[in-house]
Parts: sequence; structure tokens; C-alpha cells
Amino acid sequence: MRRVLIWLAVVATILFCLFPFYWLINTSLKTGADLSSANLLPPSPTLDNYTSIFEDTAFTQALRTSAIVAGSVTVLSLLIGSFAGYALARLHLPFKFLILAVLLSISTFPPIAIAAPLFEIWTDIGLYNTYLGLILPSLAFGLPLTVYILASFFRDIPRELEEAALVDGATRFQAFRKIVIPLGAPGVVTAGLLVFIFAWNEFLFAITLTSTPDRRPVPAAIAFFTGSQQFEIPLGTISAAAVVVTVPLIALVLIFQRRIVAGLTTGAVKG
Amino acid sequence: MEAEGARLSLPRHRRRSVFREERRLGAAMLAPSLAVIALVAAYPICYAVWLSLNEYSVITPGLSRFVGLDNYVEALGSAQFWEAMETTVLFTVISVGLELAIGLGMALVMHRAFRGRAFLRAVVLVPWAILTVVTAITWRTIFEPELGFVNTTLSALSLPGGDVVWLGEEGYALAAMILADVWKTAPFMALLILAGLQGIPDELHDAAKVDGANTWQRFRSITLPLLIPAITVALIFRTLDALRVFDLPYVLTKGANGTETLSLVAQAELVANRNTGLGSALAVLTFITVMGISFLYIRFMGGNIRALTREEE
Repeated sequence: MRRVLIWLAVVATILFCLFPFYWLINTSLKTGADLSSANLLPPSPTLDNYTSIFEDTAFTQALRTSAIVAGSVTVLSLLIGSFAGYALARLHLPFKFLILAVLLSISTFPPIAIAAPLFEIWTDIGLYNTYLGLILPSLAFGLPLTVYILASFFRDIPRELEEAALVDGATRFQAFRKIVIPLGAPGVVTAGLLVFIFAWNEFLFAITLTSTPDRRPVPAAIAFFTGSQQFEIPLGTISAAAVVVTVPLIALVLIFQRRIVAGLTTGAVKG
Repeated sequence: MEAEGARLSLPRHRRRSVFREERRLGAAMLAPSLAVIALVAAYPICYAVWLSLNEYSVITPGLSRFVGLDNYVEALGSAQFWEAMETTVLFTVISVGLELAIGLGMALVMHRAFRGRAFLRAVVLVPWAILTVVTAITWRTIFEPELGFVNTTLSALSLPGGDVVWLGEEGYALAAMILADVWKTAPFMALLILAGLQGIPDELHDAAKVDGANTWQRFRSITLPLLIPAITVALIFRTLDALRVFDLPYVLTKGANGTETLSLVAQAELVANRNTGLGSALAVLTFITVMGISFLYIRFMGGNIRALTREEE
């Protein structure tokens, strides 16, 4: 009896998690009258929606913009975040508690409170509707997470290895670069994945700080795709676009699931 | 420890210079991060407060005058603000509550299902990995009038409700938004709680079994109390996110039919209406609403932050 209940709960969990996404895929394979079919399989499956989105320059440009913006945010936040993470985890410095607390509190700000003034500031200094104008605010929100995760991974690296290098005449910075970074690689991968997903997902800055299709990242492009057609809703093509941007992300998450779960639970369970 | 010993054996002036060097290196390593945060987060927030105290001419760009708290008086006096506040709070309380219940259930199932745990964990990560905008699109394919799963299925089975425009009616629209949010984030809750569950030693349960405690008693007096820290942090995380919600209602309903949240109102005032002063005031009010939870978060994380930054002597 208990086994049956657990088995039912497992099936319910799987259905709950996968069915909506399955229906999105199903919708993306249908055109015209098929769209109103209730069948669990598309009556006449077609890839038309997929070919049409790749012919749409707004979509391909958005893919490029997202790759540039999310890629830059990830690289920059790993680079400067690893410095800060190391300094907080290892060096003798005053005010470390305060610095980390302030950093983390930044990540709890509502993005709208920053998007509003940035809209004005970026317009004044010419960063409105530029890649850099999108990279900087995402970096500000991605950094605290990176610093926190990296600091906790760096802290678990045995000190003795670093000290041996110091005894051999290496400087602190050399020890950081040659020993801490390679040994902390799993932490770097974890933080990088989470920041990349976060930056790829970012939406509020994406629509508030851009105005032309060639500067709109994927989420903004998909949202405007939806809004532009008032009378006929291109549900099939939007679904296809949604599937295209999701499949690589799901693949990434499944390949690195251990790293990601470790990263997600770093803040919650440790300490 | 050894480095400390080595350092202490150095002559006094030499030791001081080692510390000074370390301090200089530390400042240099922290500088880039702090600069980004100061310039792109802290300064803009302060600037938002300044913007919110002024009125800006729509006709002549750059023309503004100081109006004190007028924008706040206007915002707090508008029905739209209070409706958005009600929607945001209602959305937060119901969705976070459901996420906790479903997340806890999923975590317990994953914990029990020894053989399928890895597979289940992978399945549960799928909604988490989906972009919020795509989540909204996904649920539109479910609730879209005439084409969505719900309407087509109800019609095919000749059940009532096949012609209801789910996203077009107040109440249903908010329920759909809550459902979409629960779908995307209950798995996140489940993973955090599962990590907490795995930290509970089996011996505790075995000992209670020997003492004759049944499943429910063991859940109530062992599992639940030991899960409190994991649940608290998951609740705080999710409450913060839910109060800031923007992309989900924007794509699902454009904020229509009782789904307009605080962030949506502020963004629309700012970008669509070009009303910088009032928009900034609304953004600052959203910020203040979230601040209380932010404070709780930092207080709760205090122990972790201290553990990370503690000097190891």
C-alpha cells in the first residue's frame, strides 16, 4: 500500500514537471487548424515553425545578443568575483563581514529600483541600447552570487598547499592563480553556470534598457514577438522559439546537475 | 596556522610589512567588485531617490523642478498602486505557500525513492532550467483561448468551461500566474529541502523507531524541526523573488485582469508613460516593500557570512 502511494507520488511529480513543457513542444510542431487540436500528439507534425523563426532576423540577432551579454557577464563576474571571493575567504582584512553582507544585500534589491535610474543615466551617458548597458546591471546582480559561492569553495581548499607555495617563494597572488584557482575549479564551474543561467534569463533590464531589435536579448525578443500581433496570435512560432532557447539550457543543467545543485544549496545548508 | 607561526617568528617590523602587503593585495582584489556594485547598484538607488523628488517635463527634456514628496503622495493616493500592492502580496503569499507544500512533498518523495532519485532530481531540474519568459509562454500554450490545452481538452470531452477565456478573467488570470510560478519554482524549493533532509542522520529515525514512534510522529518531531533552517532560507529566497516578480505577468497577461504587480506598475510609468518622477517613486516604494525581507535574509545568512569571513587563528 505504502509502495503504491510513493509510486503514485513519483508519477505525479514527473507529470507535473514535464507535461507543461511537453505541451509547449507539441504546440511548436503544429500549424494552422492543428493548433486547436486536443490530441496529445500533433495530427500532422511539421517543422515549419522552426524554419520560420530562423528566417526571422530579430530572433537570430537576439540569440547573438544573448550570447554576447550572458557570456560577458559570466566571464567578467568570474574574473573579478574570484579576486573578491579569495580576499574574503583567505586574507586578513578589516570589515570583511560588512563587505560580504553589503554584497549579498545588493542581490536582494528589486531590479526595477535600479532599472529606473539606469534608464536615465544610460540615456545621458550613451549606454542606452548598448551591449555594455545590459552587461553592467546583470554583472551587479550576478557578482554577489559568484563571490559567495567562490568564497565558500576557496575556503574548503587546504591552506597547507598555498602555504607550501609561499614557502617556495611565490607571492600571495601567484599562490591564488596557480593553486587556489585550479583547485577551486569545481566552484568556478558552479558559479559560472548559475551566473550564465541568471544572465540569460534576465528580462527587466533587457526590455527597459534597449529599444531596437538588434540589441534585444532572447527573453525580450520572445516577449515582443508575443505582443506585436494583435489579431492572430503566432502561438506555434513563439512556442518554437521558446523550445529552441530552452533545449540547450536543459542540456547544460542536466549535464552539470550535481554542480548546480551544490551551488544552489551552498547558501542554504552550509554553516 | 603554519604561516601564522612563520609570520610570528619574523622580526616585528617585518611582520607588520607582511600584514600591510596583505591588506594592500586584499584592497586591490576587492576593488573591482566593489566598484561595480557602487557604480551600477548603490549609486543608481540613491539617484532613484533623487529622481523621485522631482517632476520632469514631458515636452522639454531635461527640464525638471524639485517637488519634494509630491510623487509619493500621488503614488500612495492612487488606486492603481494599492491594487498592485494587493496583487503582489496575494501572489507572494499563495504561490510561496503552495511552493513550500509541493516542494516539501517532492523532497520527501525524492528522499524515499532511493533507486529513482537521480532520475527524479533531473526531472525536477527541468522547470527550474526554463527561462521565466518561456515559462509564461508554456502556460499560455496551456491556457490560451481556443488553442490552449485546457480549452481544447474541455471542448473535446464536451465538458463545461471549454469557452472560458482563462487569462481574460480576474481571479483565473491570477490563479494561472500562480500556477506557472509554482511549476517553475517548487522544484527549487524541493532541492533545497532535499539537501536539508539528506543532512538528517538515519540513526535519529532508527532510535525513534525502536521507541515505537510511527511515521507521522517521526516526521513531526524529528524531520520537521531539523528542516527548519533549510525551509526558512528557501522561504526567504522565494518571498524575495515573488515580491519582485515582473517577467511572468508581463508575458502571460501584460498585467491585465488583476495581475499587475508593483514592478510592472513602476516600469510602465517609467517607460511607457515617460513619467520619470512618479515612476522612480513607485520603484523606490517597491524597494522599500522588499527591504524588510532583505533584512531578514541578511540576518539569517549572518552565521554563514561570519563563517566565511572568520579569520582562521
